[in-house]
Amino acid sequence: MCGIVGLFFKREIATPALGSLLAGMLSQMRERGPDSTGFALYGDDAPPGAFKVTLHGLGIEYDWASLEGELATAFPLTCRAQPYGSHAVFTIVADPERVFAWISACHPELDVFSFGERIEVFKDVGRPDAVAQRFGLAHRAGTHALGHTRMATESAVTTEHSHPFSTGADLCLVHNGSLSNHNRLRQTLQREGIRFATDNDTEVAAGYLTWRLRQGRSLTEALEAALGDLDGFYTFAVGTRDGFAILRDPIACKPAVLAETDDWVAMATEYRAIAILPGAAGAEVWEPLPATVYSWHRQ
Amino acid sequence: MVSAPRRYSAAFSPEIIAEIERAADEGLYRIRGFGTLRPLPSFDDLVLLGASISRYSLEGYRERCATNVTLGTRFAKKPIELQIPITIAGMSFGALGANAKRALGRGASAVGTSTTTGDGGMSEEERAESKILVYQVLPSRYGFDPAHLRACEGIEIVVGQGAKPGGGGMLLGQKITERVAEMRTLPAGIDQRSACRHPDWTGPDDLTIKITELREATDWEKPVFVKIGSARPRYDVQLAVKAGADVVVLDGMQGGTGATQEVFIEHAGIPTLPALRQAVEALDELGMHRKVQLVISGGIRSGADVAKALAMGADAVSIGTAALVALGCNRAIYVGDYAALGTEPGACHHCHTGRCPVGIATQDPVLETRLDVAEGARRVRNFLTVLTMEAQTLARACGKSHLHNLEPEDLAALTLEAAAMAGVPLAGTDWIPGRNGC
Amino acid sequence: MIEVDLAQSSVRELNQRLHRIGPGDNEHHWQVVNPNGAHAIAVGLTAPVHIEIRGHVGYYCAGMNAVATVVVDGHVGTGLAENIMSGLVRVRGNAAQSAAASGRGGLVVIEGDASARCGISMKGVTIVVGGSVGHMSAFMGQSGALVVCRDAGHDLGDSIYEADIFVGGKVASLGADCVEKEMTPADLDRVAALLGCAQIAADPERFRHYGSARRLYNFRIDHAAEY
Repeated sequence: MCGIVGLFFKREIATPALGSLLAGMLSQMRERGPDSTGFALYGDDAPPGAFKVTLHGLGIEYDWASLEGELATAFPLTCRAQPYGSHAVFTIVADPERVFAWISACHPELDVFSFGERIEVFKDVGRPDAVAQRFGLAHRAGTHALGHTRMATESAVTTEHSHPFSTGADLCLVHNGSLSNHNRLRQTLQREGIRFATDNDTEVAAGYLTWRLRQGRSLTEALEAALGDLDGFYTFAVGTRDGFAILRDPIACKPAVLAETDDWVAMATEYRAIAILPGAAGAEVWEPLPATVYSWHRQ
Repeated sequence: MVSAPRRYSAAFSPEIIAEIERAADEGLYRIRGFGTLRPLPSFDDLVLLGASISRYSLEGYRERCATNVTLGTRFAKKPIELQIPITIAGMSFGALGANAKRALGRGASAVGTSTTTGDGGMSEEERAESKILVYQVLPSRYGFDPAHLRACEGIEIVVGQGAKPGGGGMLLGQKITERVAEMRTLPAGIDQRSACRHPDWTGPDDLTIKITELREATDWEKPVFVKIGSARPRYDVQLAVKAGADVVVLDGMQGGTGATQEVFIEHAGIPTLPALRQAVEALDELGMHRKVQLVISGGIRSGADVAKALAMGADAVSIGTAALVALGCNRAIYVGDYAALGTEPGACHHCHTGRCPVGIATQDPVLETRLDVAEGARRVRNFLTVLTMEAQTLARACGKSHLHNLEPEDLAALTLEAAAMAGVPLAGTDWIPGRNGC
Repeated sequence: MIEVDLAQSSVRELNQRLHRIGPGDNEHHWQVVNPNGAHAIAVGLTAPVHIEIRGHVGYYCAGMNAVATVVVDGHVGTGLAENIMSGLVRVRGNAAQSAAASGRGGLVVIEGDASARCGISMKGVTIVVGGSVGHMSAFMGQSGALVVCRDAGHDLGDSIYEADIFVGGKVASLGADCVEKEMTPADLDRVAALLGCAQIAADPERFRHYGSARRLYNFRIDHAAEY
């Protein structure tokens, strides 16, 4: 069980305050998610033909400089790597699948937390204020972001088990709730070629969306299909390259709040995360209906 | 000619055949009271290792073996001090009659321990007799009154119970008298359906906020207990801690009930023995053992059970069925009335009928007179005293000056199942099945 | 009038002050500002105070209320006035799920919309909603009245006991054992009176009455499907 937050600025260019506002929202969700914290930031585009990948290495300080050197011999890097202790963001000109194959072969100890033109994902064990500081969230700009504070229910408290889970290029998922049929579903998805790193139920939901998208469904269609195929209690927030979507299960016991002003759309498990946003007092505030996909994106 | 012995099927035993016939006759699941009837791995399969040459015992009586325990040290301004680590579990006024509640309260108070309300709210009788009363907050919220919440010494949020983890309460029409109906805001004589989830929170993250609300309403004075039926105690105990509980109450599969579907009682939840081990491991993993107290219930019957439960790491135990048996449940009196129910003393689990022959699990005023409150209280007091003395006897023999100093290394197991479930070596070996790769 | 700024002081301090108000005290009017979505504001009250909260609040606002009047000039989260015993709780905006859950008395007025499970497990409270209510409202409603001026979501009154539901608009679907009932002259008067108490204008003639068919009151095989 958990807290989830999302913040989407309507304007095209990056908002400098996005990171610090998201950090504030996450801080408000610390009591309901004391185990780990994670967030996905959508910022500047990678150059044409390139993509950004967030890698996670063991230990507090991974030797990213050395990895950068090795990577650069295999693929063109368009800029210096940005290291953040256990995480680092690389911008690479290549087909992502080739890069993943290289990592599996040469550095299997690394996790890929996200990949895409704009997304970066950071997640770690620890409370929101500490994790935000560890990755410099307060100084990050961007167009939109999702965040998550975790209270682990059935799977372990580790970095890899934390949310957001990447589901494809520029896609990520955060979840509040508890699924009840994820074990059999994981096996079915594995047979379809989806790979899982953990026993976490949310990772199964993320894998399910990836599978549906691979079949050619739109994100909305994939989420609507999830209503029939996933069992349990959930509020999902999905990040996309240009926006985000949310979905509550039909029973809708897990709370969710949406708010909108001329400048932004925000989503949170509790209103107090939204209360800290500029203009919140005048925002339109409403509760999303169960079994209904809501989505926003920039044109 | 010698006739061949009869051969009965184990799968389609006489009991199973009778149950299938009943289901075909009635078209409804069987509902009954009491706990599991079938044998399960339990504390009976553990023994305590008394002192000899490597360990030294304490003299009885002269050399103290202390028995007190404090519940609610984590957050409450007024934690509960108990003289003995044995409490009376939540049982509803409704399932039980007023005399039973009085006798339990008076008997518990005589030895310095607590009783607990149940599904249906607090009865005046129990508050009057019980010096330490823990108030339950259940999914149904029948009879829930903030004035009663404030009047009690502790708060117990019930997520579930061992007899039916995942199920809600049940009381059949024959026990919904005018008084019970009024307390529960129900029409008299109907069969009560109960919710299985709380109406205003679902999940440990929202439980955190609910616990805060209850603390705010009572100015943070009283310890908050969270009671769970044992299904996945590894996770549930940790989640109760993360949600802010002072005390976790874990009720194993053997836990009793006044009425529920039999399939629940016999086929849901795990026994008390493995539940307790997993709960202690869960607390240890968080570094919260002894900081969040653990109360275990479900088939606690003797001082040996108490000692073994404490040795495994519980801070206290809670008794339900055993307390009622001390009061007279299944006693060989009014035998004709047992027969009228289709049973006999020793085999009666007909609490759901409301026609309890000994006046405990009934609302019938005539039947209730069969339970004399003073005598019942005396019997409960005696039983609690014996449980304590038995536990002390075993603890002293293990060299302990406080019951809390019993530890898992004081135990050995008599069967493979008990060894695996309790995490205790099979007697005469160092082997714990499932540990260390074997 | 006493003003409390929750940006400067805590909910805990506020609640403890409110709990200490005695019969002879003069502190009857309170205004609370900057609630910012905080939880458990004004819970467990027992004194005849009037509290106005300006802004949006979190869960369990006015939970377990007795006697007091609490007005929220904003939206409220889960479990507004849960288990209210008596008194009045009014919300100018919308309420999230489980509003007035298991309420046993008093009046809860929501001028906007309430979401799922409004009046779940109600045990005598009167709830008047100026807007619409979400699914599973009045689930297992035992006693009391839920008056909804606009629409009701799916599974209205599922498993209901003796609570009465009056809806002025459309009902998406009725829950197990909930049926439409006759709207008698006495019911019309009752709805008119409740709307009056709630100070919400609506035409009682538009309302339809729903309640228990009472088929689930005793376990019977014929109704196995309803379980």
